[in-house]
Amino acid sequence: MANTGWNEFEIGAMLRSFDGGIDDIAGTLQEDRNYSQNNSFSASVADWRIEKPVFNKDYCIDCQFCWIYCPDISIISRDKKMVGVDMDHCKGCGICVEVCPTNPKSLLMFPEHADEETEIARWPEKETKEK
Amino acid sequence: MAFDKMELRDIEVWDGNFAAAQAMRQCQIDVVAAYPITPSTPIVEGYAKFLADNYVEGEFVMVESEHAAMSGCIGAAAAGGRVATATSSQGFALMVETLYQASGMRLPIVLNVVNRALAAPLNVNGDHSDMYLGRDSGWIQLDAYCPQDAYDLNFIAFKVAEDHEVRLPCMVHQDGFMTSHTAQGVKTLTDDQGYNFVGDFKPMNDMLDFEHPVTHGVQTEEDWHFEHKARQHNDLMTKVLPKIQTAFDEFEKLSGRKYNIVEEYDMADADVAVVCMGTSVETAREVATEMRAKGIKAGVVGIRVIRPFPFEQIKDALKDVKAIGALDRSSPNGAPGMLFNEIAGALFNADTNALLSGYVYGLGGRDLTKAHLTDLFTELQANVDAGKVTTPLQQFIGVRGPKLSFL
Repeated sequence: MANTGWNEFEIGAMLRSFDGGIDDIAGTLQEDRNYSQNNSFSASVADWRIEKPVFNKDYCIDCQFCWIYCPDISIISRDKKMVGVDMDHCKGCGICVEVCPTNPKSLLMFPEHADEETEIARWPEKETKEK
Repeated sequence: MAFDKMELRDIEVWDGNFAAAQAMRQCQIDVVAAYPITPSTPIVEGYAKFLADNYVEGEFVMVESEHAAMSGCIGAAAAGGRVATATSSQGFALMVETLYQASGMRLPIVLNVVNRALAAPLNVNGDHSDMYLGRDSGWIQLDAYCPQDAYDLNFIAFKVAEDHEVRLPCMVHQDGFMTSHTAQGVKTLTDDQGYNFVGDFKPMNDMLDFEHPVTHGVQTEEDWHFEHKARQHNDLMTKVLPKIQTAFDEFEKLSGRKYNIVEEYDMADADVAVVCMGTSVETAREVATEMRAKGIKAGVVGIRVIRPFPFEQIKDALKDVKAIGALDRSSPNGAPGMLFNEIAGALFNADTNALLSGYVYGLGGRDLTKAHLTDLFTELQANVDAGKVTTPLQQFIGVRGPKLSFL
């Protein structure tokens, strides 16, 4: 695309989201969609992140709050079960952690370089409410 | 069709605004987003009335400014609707930012601009300041001289703008109050004739095509911006005028009314000619005829298409004249007027030695009288007789105080 001439662009400064036509896009999983090169799904923004969310499924109740609140559709959910985080599109905003209702939280923010397995192994204990 | 048809007489007495509103009704606009402004208000009022009375199926979007009006039109056009609106002067100026969006996104919107002076000082009367303000915005610009033209050119505007090879927005200009509020006999088309001339709207890459979703108005930076603008410029320079000519020809077949990209009057053997736009063309034609009775071979060239500027047609129309007066109805603010510049550009490498002078007239609704034009033609003839320009290159017509002229 970098060497495309002025006469080769589709006119109108518009981009197609998918290659070819689509049918039942809502019923098609993201990994099965025929995203075009121009779709933002095709671009990784992982390098924006300085902190990453780590998911501990032992405490997850599949409430889907993180899926609803994630501004970048980076929470992967299948059959209403939280599966993990799409690390190509997560920008590390921490909203998923903020809205996680479990005790202890099943999503926590850690520095980008932290090792996931180590952090899950020493996950925080349940907090007791102060009366 | 669910809407009612209107029975029109062959000739109706309409002013320019109502003529434009009727043309918009007959084209069956899907969406009008408007913030009415004098003197163009009755256009959208007329459309709203037709909508309320079930003569059109569409939406009237009430917005809080002209910027939002054009933004609403852009959204509706990108979504895949036939869209039009109207504005004037300050409202047009407020729209300018979005005008570039419309043309860059290649949306076939039609904008009726009822020309009016730009403040300050505030003035509701007609001149071409707003028309000139929009001339680099990438829109096609057509100029109506009378209510009949305002009616007919709306059909032409939709026809050309919506052509899939063009897809550029189009303005139809008419002179504020002179055309917009002066009722004249207007020969009409029937609803079916009018609608069939422009045809069903066929959107291309519309946002509401859920099977082929697209992003409109993307950010391109230095990677693509130049290419998109180059393509738009290329289409304006090469494709639009032939399409307008074809539309004019088809319209003549339908209605018997002949339009030309450049309207020549008595130009076959003219020695002196004025080039002008809007209502002045009709006055100039009358004076040119009177000048001929006095032995001065006078002609008039009316500009029908301002953008893309018809350089070739202008060159052709002016190839045999000896002296030309370019009449600009806008304050040029630090330069010769637009017409002076464009005509100079068109003739510079042409095989002609015509003497060109620029005149600024009629700012803020000031009259251009037959006496002014008589003096002007006489002055041009004096240039021809002397074989050189005997007056300054730029003069102001009808301004009070000491004579104003430059260069």
